Amino acid sequence: MKKSIFKLQCPAPKFDFDIITLAHGSGGLLTNKLLESGVFDLLKNEELDKHHDGALLNFGSDTVAFSTDSFVISPVSFPGGDIGELAVNGTVNDVAMCGGIPQYLSLSFILEEGLPIKEFWDILVSIKYAAEKSGVKIVTGDTKVVDKGKGDKIFINTTGIGRIHPEAEIDINHIKEGDKIIISDNIATHGIAILSVREGLEFETTIESDTRNLNHITVKLLDRFGKKIHLFRDPTRGGVASTLNEIASDSQLGIVLKDENIPVDDQVKAACEILGLDPLYAANEGVFMAIVSAEIADDLLQYLRTFEEAKNASIVGEFVNDHQGKVLITNPLGGKRVVHMPVGEQLPRIC
Amino acid sequence: MKYLSEYRDPKLAKKVLQEIKKTVTQPCNIMEICGGQTHSLVKNGILNVLPDEITMLHGPGCPVCVTPLHLIDKAIYLSEKENVILCSFGDMLRVPGSKKSLLEAKAGGADVRILYSPLEAVTLAEKNPCKEVIFFAVGFETTAPSNALSVIHAEKLGLKNYSILTSHVLVPPAITALMEDPESRIDGFLAAGHVCSIMGYWEYFPLVEKYKIPIVVTGFEPLDILQGILITVKQLEEGRTELENQYTRMVKEEGNTSAQKIINQVFDVSDQAWRGIGTIEQSGYRLNKAYERFDADKKFSIDIEKAEENKECIAGDIMKGLKKPYQCVHFGKECTPQNPLGAPMVSSEGACAAYYNFSTMFKTIS
Repeated sequence: MKKSIFKLQCPAPKFDFDIITLAHGSGGLLTNKLLESGVFDLLKNEELDKHHDGALLNFGSDTVAFSTDSFVISPVSFPGGDIGELAVNGTVNDVAMCGGIPQYLSLSFILEEGLPIKEFWDILVSIKYAAEKSGVKIVTGDTKVVDKGKGDKIFINTTGIGRIHPEAEIDINHIKEGDKIIISDNIATHGIAILSVREGLEFETTIESDTRNLNHITVKLLDRFGKKIHLFRDPTRGGVASTLNEIASDSQLGIVLKDENIPVDDQVKAACEILGLDPLYAANEGVFMAIVSAEIADDLLQYLRTFEEAKNASIVGEFVNDHQGKVLITNPLGGKRVVHMPVGEQLPRIC
Repeated sequence: MKYLSEYRDPKLAKKVLQEIKKTVTQPCNIMEICGGQTHSLVKNGILNVLPDEITMLHGPGCPVCVTPLHLIDKAIYLSEKENVILCSFGDMLRVPGSKKSLLEAKAGGADVRILYSPLEAVTLAEKNPCKEVIFFAVGFETTAPSNALSVIHAEKLGLKNYSILTSHVLVPPAITALMEDPESRIDGFLAAGHVCSIMGYWEYFPLVEKYKIPIVVTGFEPLDILQGILITVKQLEEGRTELENQYTRMVKEEGNTSAQKIINQVFDVSDQAWRGIGTIEQSGYRLNKAYERFDADKKFSIDIEKAEENKECIAGDIMKGLKKPYQCVHFGKECTPQNPLGAPMVSSEGACAAYYNFSTMFKTIS
């Protein structure tokens, strides 16, 4: 009885789709629609309303960063990593993006019947090493098994928690006109590495996923530049384009990017050309963006480039008080275009 | 990045642009045939920097856009049959049929796979002998050789469970149709470089002759396109109408004769329906008698009603270059890449989608 009354009180919002498609999980427009008119609205609260990669929670005088992520990827092992490493790094990075120092992780498996123990063990070993490298402990977890055909080998959920860095004041509301956008390394590497081994699209390449933990770098940046860093974000699924569109929309400012400053590896660029993909929309797993005060941008960039994982860092654009909520990109010819929020996953084109 | 970065050099591009500005004295309408060129023109912001005298018209050269609605419905119908694996190039998946797209059919349980090469579909057929594997073979002359080759391979392997659903369109008959249209106001064409790399450009001499119009075989990079425009403008200013080849690094007059041989082995030229334009005589490929058992349209009885196009869409006017996307009242409002009303908005290479995705703020909003 109780359940039916609850349903009556919470009518489903009017979605312009009847079923969930893969595009709802792509990090683009449809993910946003699902979250904004569904999840965020129904579950509304002060912490959730921030729409960050994780939540900041206050326990007396302590602030803690808290984030969760689920990992589904095919194939589970890919050039440069596997789902285990991804599951640790992804959540560690989400906590780091909140200005947190990741300390503890939970780890849950949903395993498909028939998964060879050898594959499971390899993934577990990757998890161990990734956790050690990030400096986090895995302290709790869960395992469930589903019937064959009802999962894709292995799904992993990790949740991370960590104290906030004492100097961190990561808040989208701190972004102001003139703030610079720094990308820490070459983009689109993970997305293209995965595509290169996907059934039906295989192509020969040495491109490897960039999956790695970023917390050591973000902590050092916060040590040195503290409050001048207004936002960290890692442009995972949906890529740089989705993340910047979200930031532009939430900050109510406009963004101007310089095409020639976007760091992309030559091989990745060539693969994108062949497949008709735009690197701005491809996923990253080891890259972050820092939105920082203009006066420290050059210093921060120089320091950032001293890290091996960020040697290709670049200032790619800035915030302007024009075309609010939109992202524009200029090219060296003098042309301009809008970088839209992607609708769903990018699909390779015909010719 | 040899052969790519060189053709994106902003300094050289600016030089060619200056030369175009110096050369042009009178208004002219130049149509780029290929959707890839439209995409590049808009993505690189070339439209914003061209002198006012030059108007670029965006032709019908997006194969995804001109694939008839009825055929998309057929592909969806086939994908939903038991024991069928329907394979397609990625960008066909999001194109809406009259009721849904292939992507939605997939979400509903249909086995739809994205492939980059039709030969992969043959491998799939080999690995899945109990399934019918159908490749949705769409495209201009450019993709015809690989689609034809897939059929030849399937025949060699003795596969009975492989077929293709074809919608192949050809460029020269489309140019004829555009020029025969009494409303046409095209002064010059940039022919599609990739199509010519397969077919050569010998087919275009009679068109230049008959319609007294410059045709310049052009590539896809910013510098290619600017050079193509410069060559066309020079011809118009000097009163010449010739066939010239800007894309010499890829295109020979005779084209790729081995590829043509494969096409001719498998396909016959036939009348073809173009979405948004209508049927153009002798403008497509059909599997010939010897290979018709690989024709999915004949192999399966496809019993579906022919759906009507949305009457609000002005696709024909857009693809004939009579109107710009932003001159349509539905552009960017009821009609977006998520909810396209018609052909040119469905693929990223369609004129409307290219304008929507890449145009400057002003044009997108107005």
